[in-house]
Amino acid sequence: MRKSGLPYLVDVSDTPAAAQAPPAPAPPPPARRGAARSVALTVLVLALVVAVFASLAVGSKSVALGDVFAALGGSREGDAVVVRDLRVPRTVLGLLVGLALGAAGAVAQDITRNPLGDPGLIGVSAGAAFAVAAGIGLFSLTHSYQYIWFAFLGGALAGLLAYTVGGTGYGGATPAKLALAGAAVTLFLGSFTSALVLLDVNTLDQYRSWAVGSLAGRNADLGPQLAPFVIAGLILALALSGRLNALALGDDLATTLGARVRTTRALGAVAVIVLTGAAVAAAGPVTFVGLVIPHLVRAFTGPDARWLIPCSALGGGVLLLAADVIGRVVARPGELEAGVVTAVIGAPFLAVMVKRGKLREHTR
Amino acid sequence: MTAPAATRRPRARALTAEAGPLGLRVPVRTALTCAALLLAGFAAFLASVVMGTYAVPLNDVLGALFGYGDGAADLVVHTLRLPRALTAMLAGIAFGLAGAVYQAVTRNPLASPDLIGISAGAGAGAVATILFGGVTAAGAGTFGAVPYGALGGALLTAAVIYAFAFRGGTITGYRFVLVGIAAAGALAALTRWMLARADIDQAARAMVWLTGSLNGRSWSHVEWIGYALLILLPLTLALARAYQLLQFDDATALSLGMRLHRARIVLLIAATCLAAVATSVAGPVAFVALGAPQIARRLAGTAGVPLVTSGLMGAVLLLAADLAGRLVLAPTELPVGIVTGAVGAPYLLYLLARSNRAGRGG
Repeated sequence: MRKSGLPYLVDVSDTPAAAQAPPAPAPPPPARRGAARSVALTVLVLALVVAVFASLAVGSKSVALGDVFAALGGSREGDAVVVRDLRVPRTVLGLLVGLALGAAGAVAQDITRNPLGDPGLIGVSAGAAFAVAAGIGLFSLTHSYQYIWFAFLGGALAGLLAYTVGGTGYGGATPAKLALAGAAVTLFLGSFTSALVLLDVNTLDQYRSWAVGSLAGRNADLGPQLAPFVIAGLILALALSGRLNALALGDDLATTLGARVRTTRALGAVAVIVLTGAAVAAAGPVTFVGLVIPHLVRAFTGPDARWLIPCSALGGGVLLLAADVIGRVVARPGELEAGVVTAVIGAPFLAVMVKRGKLREHTR
Repeated sequence: MTAPAATRRPRARALTAEAGPLGLRVPVRTALTCAALLLAGFAAFLASVVMGTYAVPLNDVLGALFGYGDGAADLVVHTLRLPRALTAMLAGIAFGLAGAVYQAVTRNPLASPDLIGISAGAGAGAVATILFGGVTAAGAGTFGAVPYGALGGALLTAAVIYAFAFRGGTITGYRFVLVGIAAAGALAALTRWMLARADIDQAARAMVWLTGSLNGRSWSHVEWIGYALLILLPLTLALARAYQLLQFDDATALSLGMRLHRARIVLLIAATCLAAVATSVAGPVAFVALGAPQIARRLAGTAGVPLVTSGLMGAVLLLAADLAGRLVLAPTELPVGIVTGAVGAPYLLYLLARSNRAGRGG
């Protein structure tokens, strides 16, 4: 191997000087990027802590931070009841949904190698929406706690269908096939959802309040019920992050280097389906978080999935909790749904980042 | 793509025609696909005029067309079926072309007005018009000011997207897609929010429009989209060569002598206007703009997204879907937007699953 630019005259690799020289012809990750990553991670963790406390303290009735701590310490006096019975479950739910959507978005963009790869893209959100509409329209469900499991099941089945179709034929689930199959399943189920909603006004009436995406009025035990799914999904996503980096090289090169492309992509899809299914079931289709957060986070962490996935999860938690808190404040005494606020905050932010050239096409 | 492979492979058969500086080379399979689609479109068009709750014999249709028809058939054909079929055909062409241009320029098979925020902008504009503009007409056909609201919403959204995606003298596909999905997300959330707060009757009316329907389209719709296509169609087709080159990477396109920046922007603007006009007359019909180019590409067996074939495919898809929507549950009519997704998406899934040869997968 000739490592110098000198053509053919000396085979420098055998000389002692070359052996002692640092072996790295590939540019190492610049120190600045390493620092930026650490800073991003620290800032995100701090922001998440702030968002959690804001979510506990702020609302139609503001609670002093001291009382929040008292409530967390076990007090049941005065405002502590509000915090313990209403705000803690809602915050836990928001945290789970945000973490799940952020991580799912990062994984979805990696396995489809498509910047449009939002967690709803492999059919999960559309499946959940169809299941909810069917549950209301055909099985006369009336309470949100009834159709949460419908949503989860519908989302998972739709995701599986999209992955199966995208995965048949030569090369398995190539990114383009997977993305197209997901979009086709989404549009297919969307047709039936529209039909159910159009044919019956009562279905539309209930469906539209689920479809807007909100954390309000959910049962207190929903968070603990969904937590195992979210945690399992997060662990799977984090465990896959190193292998997802190999996928970024392109399927052929990754295979040549010994990466198991099909297995990795299939496991990634499982993570996306579980995480998104749980999140959509709990909060309705708030998929915008999963779409925007990875793009924003990538500007600081670069495309390395080992940093991108955890930072996206944290960022998702911050955005969703912040949106929920803002929604409680701006429209007092009413509330603005988190699904609306995330999009209204997230979209201009993303647009400005693009305009300033902060987001470049990543190498995949 | 190595040189030996290229020499070993027999050249794809093609029809060539040259006239002065213009050279046209169309692969045989693409030409055959186009011919088949033209036939299918013609059949679907005739069927849309003939079939329905009141069947008009073909002879009477011809009579109505050439001005010697009598009362009932003449009325049905002239005021109901013909404008509706023409609207479907023209909107289908517009959706198909718009989708093809978006997918080619951004080099992303998912890019379509549905996902890039143009449809979402039109939807938000239309729903706002319905809710705040006091559109109270009971019939789903009379939408009054709604098409203008939709057109305004779509063009305004497009302007905002271009303003944010424009940098360094051009718009790259990546920036366009990113800003587009941001706009789509925000506007879709806004629409859902308006729907969740609206009076339920108005919400139901808005849902019909948001699904996409061709019910009760009149000659004014045909004129409107017809004039728009008269300008936009030649403009888009004139850029067909640029369109082909843009599907390569930037360096290749530049080295082939392309003025990349200008062509990309003009094509995107033309496609946006096509999508906006089509959406304003038919509503944000799902799937056509996304699916038609992908189906066309697989039928024609081309490497990139074919332009003309996509437009024809869009017309066939919309005509056939509207016909199916009128006949399947007759006398109840399904909005065309439900049928396009329900029929077109499984077909695309079938094509995806069937494409099991190397190079056909993506």
